[in-house]
Amino acid sequence: MSEIVRTVTRWIFAFIATYGVYLVAYGHLTPGGGFAGGVMLASGYVLLVLSRGAKEAEKSLGLRPAKALDSVGALLFLAIAVLGLVLGQGFFENFIQKSTPGEPLEILNAGIIPLCNIAIALKVMTSLFVVFVVMASVRFAGSGEELEYTSEEE
Amino acid sequence: MLYTLCFILFAVGLFAVSTQKNIIKIIMGIEIMDLAVNLFLVMSGYRADGRTPILTREVSRPEWLAAAVDPFPQAMVLTSIVIGLGVLALLLVLALRLYGRYGTYDITKMRKLRG
Amino acid sequence: MTSYLTFLLVFMIIAALAAVTMEDLLSAVISLGALGFAASIVFLMLKAPDVEIVKRIVEVLVLVLLVRATIRRDVETVSGTRDTFGMIAAAVLILLMSVFVIKVVGSLPEVGDSAMARNADAPSNHYLDKSLEETGAGNAVTGVLLDYRGYDTLGEATVLFAAVLGAVTLLRKRARRLPAGRAES
Repeated sequence: MSEIVRTVTRWIFAFIATYGVYLVAYGHLTPGGGFAGGVMLASGYVLLVLSRGAKEAEKSLGLRPAKALDSVGALLFLAIAVLGLVLGQGFFENFIQKSTPGEPLEILNAGIIPLCNIAIALKVMTSLFVVFVVMASVRFAGSGEELEYTSEEE
Repeated sequence: MLYTLCFILFAVGLFAVSTQKNIIKIIMGIEIMDLAVNLFLVMSGYRADGRTPILTREVSRPEWLAAAVDPFPQAMVLTSIVIGLGVLALLLVLALRLYGRYGTYDITKMRKLRG
Repeated sequence: MTSYLTFLLVFMIIAALAAVTMEDLLSAVISLGALGFAASIVFLMLKAPDVEIVKRIVEVLVLVLLVRATIRRDVETVSGTRDTFGMIAAAVLILLMSVFVIKVVGSLPEVGDSAMARNADAPSNHYLDKSLEETGAGNAVTGVLLDYRGYDTLGEATVLFAAVLGAVTLLRKRARRLPAGRAES
């Protein structure tokens, strides 16, 4: 893509990332939440893939770190749930809210909900990043049947 | 009446899945069916002259409780939409691989099942 | 309100019919995009902003994926339906199903008359009432999603993980060899 498109998408990516983080952080007070923030951040990366191609966009995060972060997000979500069980209150219990409730309608309220939002957003963002980068790097060559096939994934 | 229109949308998607030859049209039919079902679920929770189920500082509590829309189907539909995206990605990867194997998107030409 | 919803739903049905019957794949994908964005407007009118944000962004991502799969320089246009017997059988089955479903759907209460207003002990009444005290979230949808129904969100994370894992594995370039020498693809 042309130089104008590449530069402008780099700036717009910053705005998209800010909006995505806002949706995740204020998920328990305004519309948003983990899923909305996660797909928003993923769409920022999709913008990078569309304007720069799969090879360059893959360098912005890397496939291996993205897959590792994906697993980290899922395990973090599970760890928060099990922590409720370990602390004796029940699987997936909102143990922070039960023991130390904050002031209502403030951002540092709602117990495990902001942490779970962060874990879900991390998971959704990196999953969709991996899928889009790998799908964008698939190339077919030849014609007819049994086309020659290359992709980014080894 | 509105539920009937939702079902007609679902029937259009089902018609696409069962009669089209192009695999991309079949995938589009699956997406249309997904959308129709999600729409039906959210519509079933609507309340006449409803308010968003989000409590803010400016809203008085009893009037919000008397008019708020059902939050439960909205939560379920949220997860369903994201799962629909994951399923679509998997289906399109299948379609791409089939294109690489057979050179066409036509499902009547994909007849070489191997054990 | 109901008239706006009816108009938008009729528009969505026309867009869906256009997407299904058009021969050019790119035009069909664009009609699908119109369908999805009209659905976003319907979600906003039904007072569901969380769902609307997610649906809008997912619709854009779906359009990007579909355009990726349909833009090709040398693919020949495949269109049309399967053999006549298959079409007639599908039409008959869908008509039969429609008769039953329309009978059932006609007995549902009107849109706007939700179940939580009729039964005082519906769970949604409890979720709206106690969401701020028990979960601390002002957004009742997030409270339901991550506290009252957190297990379902765990299931969703698992399903998304499995779908993406399957998609990325199917796009591998070559088979991996197990240590014993047997190939696994």
